Amino acid sequence: MSMPFYVSPEQQMRDKADYARKGVARGRSCVVLEYAGGILMVAPNSSSALHKISEIYDRIAFAAVGRYNEYENLRKAGVTYADITGYQFDRHDVTARGIANYYASNLGTIFTESPKPWEVEIVVAEVGTQPDDDQIYRITFDGSVTDEPGFVAFGGQADQVSAALKEHYSEGMSLSEAFAAALSALSAPGNGERTEFVASQLEVAILERARDHRTFRRIRAARLEELMAEARSASDAAEPDSAPEGSPPSSPSAPSAPRDSGPATGPDPSSSDRGTGLGGGSPL
Amino acid sequence: MGSYLDRSQSGPFAGDPRMSGRVPGAAGSPPAGFMNRQTSSFTDFLASHSPGLLPGGTVPAEVVQGTPGQAIRDLPHATTIVAAACDGGVVLAGDRRATAGSMIAKRDVEKVFRSDEFSAMGYAGTGSVGIEFVRLFQVELEHYEKMEGRSLSLEGKANRLAFMVRGNLGAAMQGLVVVPLFVGYDEDSGHGRIFSYDVAGGPYEESRFYSIGSGSLFARGALKKLYVDNMPPRDAVLACVQALYDAADDDSATGGPDLTRRIFPVVATVTAEGFRKLPEAEAEQVAQEVVQSRMIRPDGPSAPLLNS
Repeated sequence: MSMPFYVSPEQQMRDKADYARKGVARGRSCVVLEYAGGILMVAPNSSSALHKISEIYDRIAFAAVGRYNEYENLRKAGVTYADITGYQFDRHDVTARGIANYYASNLGTIFTESPKPWEVEIVVAEVGTQPDDDQIYRITFDGSVTDEPGFVAFGGQADQVSAALKEHYSEGMSLSEAFAAALSALSAPGNGERTEFVASQLEVAILERARDHRTFRRIRAARLEELMAEARSASDAAEPDSAPEGSPPSSPSAPSAPRDSGPATGPDPSSSDRGTGLGGGSPL
Repeated sequence: MGSYLDRSQSGPFAGDPRMSGRVPGAAGSPPAGFMNRQTSSFTDFLASHSPGLLPGGTVPAEVVQGTPGQAIRDLPHATTIVAAACDGGVVLAGDRRATAGSMIAKRDVEKVFRSDEFSAMGYAGTGSVGIEFVRLFQVELEHYEKMEGRSLSLEGKANRLAFMVRGNLGAAMQGLVVVPLFVGYDEDSGHGRIFSYDVAGGPYEESRFYSIGSGSLFARGALKKLYVDNMPPRDAVLACVQALYDAADDDSATGGPDLTRRIFPVVATVTAEGFRKLPEAEAEQVAQEVVQSRMIRPDGPSAPLLNS
């Protein structure tokens, strides 16, 4: 004979949250960060057809981790929400905040009402006309929204990646510097088995502040290779002590490091960078 | 324009669950009307979600009963649009006049628009409905692109516009007539193509050149004599502006270059590099050239009597 089990609402919610959290943590992290010219989004994704990062509207992009069919559904709903709002009122009246609220209310309802919560985590980013107007919102499976200033890492081992990103992030970085920061955060220990990415494993897109009308642009193929090379030389220049014998980041060479990193980020000695990568015999 | 304040929507973005394309009542189905959509067409979605937002969608009953009233006949109407295929693309140009009956309603109206990166459209007919058409079509193309992750084919865009024109037939019968002219660069063949429409839809593909609107007969006559196959884009621009001048010459509803107010035709090209609207200065320069040559010969350049 079967007994109807009683499950307390608290237990039920906890189970749902655990289930969703596990689903989100299963994949790999994705990072979204501001740079001087806009907002950069990077996600490890070996598929070139099934996107994790997409355009929502003129200045708004969407990045997601979790179950593809679920976040794809949310993406399409977001595009519809944005297009209908923009058509009904004006293109300027579509904001990331509105879309984030729309997602939050939907995910909240799904979390409480449906037996299976959606295993997704979403970031909605909007590039402003000024860097101060940039906005990044993170929406989790239960509908809670957080406003993330500057950068965010989500999905997978988000804590480790976020910590690594915090270390490398600074305001007003160039695109290649921001990309280098994103790459080193994504290859932080704990985020999957690979530590070195190749271009075909990455999905990269930007919201470009200076463009008018639609600012979303994917970076792929040749341009991505180029950016990876730039990022590599940028990170080599930023950490000249990391190249020799793979010595872990430490501070015995502390007095020389800040002096070296100063001029290397400038435009001039790009050819001599490769020489200084080994053994710090800088002619300066 | 409707909103959820009129009867077209039941609440802010809630939609009517019966009409929003989702299957109602299934356990765990998402609550909003924007989820699980079956189509990537914005217009189709609008028709089920909030039909009041469609162009010309809400013609009052008293208008439907009778013949078009004075009020509708006196709405501002847009006039002449010309298009010509050129080497590696297509040119679209329109005059700047809008008329209301026998009056000039506006001197600097724009009737040529970018519809997406590789296409452009112009319209002739009721201005207000035309503007809504253009906006809806722009959103339609962009919406499809975002939903599907790829652009529609050029034929797909032309067909889509045909359905939209057809959807306006009821309003057109009551006097709110709008006829578009659609041009685009075909990325597969590397040529510019022109599509025309009538009030019941279309599209009809035109080879070489075409024009619509009240001055279209004169413009087409002029283009017939000026057009040369595979003209360079710059020549095609000149031919289109000449044709508009001829249309303005003989049709009272078409405006010529306005030298005193510095209002010149809107000219756009669509090539492999995408849509490009000629900057004001460039359009002015072309128009000035045409006006200067007409100072010498007011009827414009003459074509040879026989092919040499």
